[in-house]
Amino acid sequence: MITLYIVSTLSLIIVDNINMLVKNIFKLKNLRYFLLIFLSACIENAPLDSLSPEGPYARSIDELFWLTFWIAVVIFVIVQGALLLSVFVFKEKPDSPEPKQIHGNTKLEILWTVIPVIILAVIAVPTVRTIFDLANEPEDALKIEVIGHQWWFEYKYPDYDITTANVLVIPADRPVRLEMWSNDVLHNYWVPKLNGKRYLVPGQTTYLNLHADSPDEFWAQCGEYCGLSHSKMRGRVLSLSENEFQTWVKNQQQNAIQLEGNSLAAEGQQVYLNAGCTQCHVIDGVWDVQGDRIAPNLTHFANRNVFAGAALYNTEENLSKWLANPAEIKPGTFMPNLELTEAEINALIAYLGTLK
Amino acid sequence: MTKIIEPSKQSNIFRRPSSETGIWSWITTVDHKRIGIMYGYAAFFFLLIGGLEALVLRIQLSQPDNNFLTAAEYNAMFTMHGTTMIFLAIMPISAAFFNYLLPLQIGARDVAFPRLNALSFWIFIFGGAFLYSTFIFGTAGAPEGGYLAEEVGWLGSAPNGGWFGYQPNAGMKYSPGTAMDFWAIGLQILGIASLISAFNFITTIINMRTKGMRFMRMPVFVWMTFAVSFLLAFSLPIIAIALFYVTFDRKFGTSFFLVEGGGDPVLWQHLFWLFGHPEVYILILPAFGIVSEVLPTFSRKPLFGYAAIVFAGFGIAFIGFGVWAHHMFASAISPVAQAGFGLSTMVIAVPTGVKIFNWLGTIWGGKLKLNTPMLFSLGFIGMFVIGGLSGVTHSIVPADTQQTDTYYVVAHFHYVLFGGALFGIFSGLYYWFPKVWGKMYNESLGKIHFWLMMIGFNLTFGPMHWLGLQGQVRRTWVYAEETNLQFWNIVVTVGAFIIALSIIVFMINWIFSKRNGEKAPFDPWDARTIEWTIPSPTPVWNFSKAPEVRALDDFWHTKYTEDEEGRAVRREETDQILLDLEEEGLNPSEHIALPNPSYFPIVLASGLPLLGYAVIYKSIPLAFIGAVLLLIGGFGWGTEPLEEEIHEDSDE
Repeated sequence: MITLYIVSTLSLIIVDNINMLVKNIFKLKNLRYFLLIFLSACIENAPLDSLSPEGPYARSIDELFWLTFWIAVVIFVIVQGALLLSVFVFKEKPDSPEPKQIHGNTKLEILWTVIPVIILAVIAVPTVRTIFDLANEPEDALKIEVIGHQWWFEYKYPDYDITTANVLVIPADRPVRLEMWSNDVLHNYWVPKLNGKRYLVPGQTTYLNLHADSPDEFWAQCGEYCGLSHSKMRGRVLSLSENEFQTWVKNQQQNAIQLEGNSLAAEGQQVYLNAGCTQCHVIDGVWDVQGDRIAPNLTHFANRNVFAGAALYNTEENLSKWLANPAEIKPGTFMPNLELTEAEINALIAYLGTLK
Repeated sequence: MTKIIEPSKQSNIFRRPSSETGIWSWITTVDHKRIGIMYGYAAFFFLLIGGLEALVLRIQLSQPDNNFLTAAEYNAMFTMHGTTMIFLAIMPISAAFFNYLLPLQIGARDVAFPRLNALSFWIFIFGGAFLYSTFIFGTAGAPEGGYLAEEVGWLGSAPNGGWFGYQPNAGMKYSPGTAMDFWAIGLQILGIASLISAFNFITTIINMRTKGMRFMRMPVFVWMTFAVSFLLAFSLPIIAIALFYVTFDRKFGTSFFLVEGGGDPVLWQHLFWLFGHPEVYILILPAFGIVSEVLPTFSRKPLFGYAAIVFAGFGIAFIGFGVWAHHMFASAISPVAQAGFGLSTMVIAVPTGVKIFNWLGTIWGGKLKLNTPMLFSLGFIGMFVIGGLSGVTHSIVPADTQQTDTYYVVAHFHYVLFGGALFGIFSGLYYWFPKVWGKMYNESLGKIHFWLMMIGFNLTFGPMHWLGLQGQVRRTWVYAEETNLQFWNIVVTVGAFIIALSIIVFMINWIFSKRNGEKAPFDPWDARTIEWTIPSPTPVWNFSKAPEVRALDDFWHTKYTEDEEGRAVRREETDQILLDLEEEGLNPSEHIALPNPSYFPIVLASGLPLLGYAVIYKSIPLAFIGAVLLLIGGFGWGTEPLEEEIHEDSDE
């Protein structure tokens, strides 16, 4: 079974690499799907894969992991090999002699104490260095505040006076420094392709650096168990080129416009103002919040491709499901079922679609 | 003709229990063997429940976005799975081994405090029942101000804050209802049970060793019991205090862990893991002890590096108190703390490695009999090495910040606690089966059990490494289809059911062999330690006269000497010695006074869950009844002698 385990793990790695080869050299999509049927999970890139870093921080972690991994593989092979070898060689046979009664060997004891110490010392040096490298605040980093809520992440850009949610937009080729805390319970911010995890703690500030190689979209996930909808506390990180990022900032800084007239969207604005949404949500330029600001800022809702803690894609179908009964999708959510009629929901969706 | 002294029936307050068979004899027993057996069965019962909970979790995760369970039910199930397996299955099953074997291995008639031993068992039973009564009485719901689409239901009304109960999520505001109170107070009660037995075992080992049983002649299992008892004694008070804080926060409005009242949620993590990491060694060291007994016996060689294994065990226990923050590398701790705890975590790998190499040294050059206990011990080494190596990757702090809170960690600690602790425990269950029941287990069924479990175990927990690295977070009720995790999740679920099948094989073997198994000789394995010098099943009085020990592995040296090459040679007189031992073991030649059964341990223990309910429901009458039971138990106990005086007429 042990050998089976080794073989299966190795074959996974091999299949993974073969697939990369196939993808890159032959671009044979069909073959890829053929393999996908067999080993779908291990060959198709998972969006939360921690082994495919796409930024310098994640890459330094990845290098450290593989260094340790290969050392572990060597030790694994030696120990399991010795175990299997002794089982096969010293298995009781009819003619086996009584064994020699050996009680120990001091030299061996010293040897297998010292060698692991040396190996660990070798790993320890880069480990400690990387710990401090990752903790340093990078120069000219963009500061972004991350606030954890049950069950979504809120982002504030103090330099630009922007408040948004679920999708973190960052400039590519520039590091960002996240200053994080939680509004309620412990959360854990994780963008596997950009860096490791860091807790969001109520009453304390923690820090995490992110840096993406190139413009792309990454997945984020809350790591720490934070209650009923922990598994649906997700996020996206969108890295944009400097120009696109500046355009995005300008757009975000604009307020929403009060809609007039008889359009469906204007009707939706009325629903928004009267149904109770304003108790918790903010749309800058339309209505400030009446209660605590405990819900995502919706000023640029249509600009984000996901909502509800990134548990749902921003589509009309999903929105109508969500508005009909939020707790159905995210158990424990603080958004009540407002018992909206279908017409009201459609109007609201039309209105939300205008919040670009 | 045995000459056990008839106990006096008259105690000073109540009539003393006197039945020797039937249910009352078990309820009032103070015999370490019976208590051990009861510990074993109760723990196995909870192991089955914890296993069922795991199967339910696995069904939910076999498909992305599955709705087999609601979120509330899933959270309750994983919380109860962890809590059950750690506190109600592995810990008490280790206690079963300690209870049964410790006196036998040091040549004693019983533990130092037999009635405390019974008390510890009954507190464990009442604690477990109290915790599980949450399914009947407990309530849970959405956090204050949140909404649920459907009722929580009975399955979801169990504790749901995780076995680690992180604050403030497990506090009243975010986990309303009484379920988490059942958890906090249930663990508190279970902790008392473990604390009592820890002191009992420490005292027993220090004071009750037979003539010649010096410390460095004790079997390694006794050493590991010693180490575990110290770990319990030093770590349980920490969690006890932390659990009191939680209970006060939840029930009486304090704010030890609540930021709005000036508290600190990270403090809970420190307290919990300062207990929680030694707890890991509490779970694994007994298995180390068992394996260190099984390997030499079936290799027909002494344990390689006895002293090194003993000191490595204590080294692990000691360093185990200095690594707790490696559970918190992603939490709010400074880089300096990360580096420090990363290094201490690396250091603890060294004594662990020493043990593994010494076990390999033990089997190297031996004559290996590959029967079921040996297979489980060998499997233990193989699986534990995997868990140990993935453990070292956690000490690489930056890498750990990727792995922590993912299924990689789930894989890691199941390789340690299932592939390690549980494989060791199964090894021990088969190894000592003949001594406990006087029957042999069925070897073929045992081997089927081993291979099924080995395959099922690796199918279940092997792919979890991969799932974790690919981003499946822990405690996740659902995962999105786009995360591409479904394939290995199905494999894992299949593996879990294979494990379940192997457990069924084990149960069939147990029940069948206990009833119809071949009669066991008193030394079926040609073993090394003194528990094999007495008849199988163990007589009530253990040793008919206190044995004298002249060496480590005394029984072996009684049977074997060595030739010039150092090979074992059976002594000529061995057959006669064995015949004499058997004869003597069954017919003690001296009077044996055994501790008498008592009602008071169970009476005293029964007060604790009532006090627990009293705190949950803030009920003075319940507290009063509970306190009265405690007082009656304590008073009766205090005024009742351990052994009744010997009456002339009961002596033949």
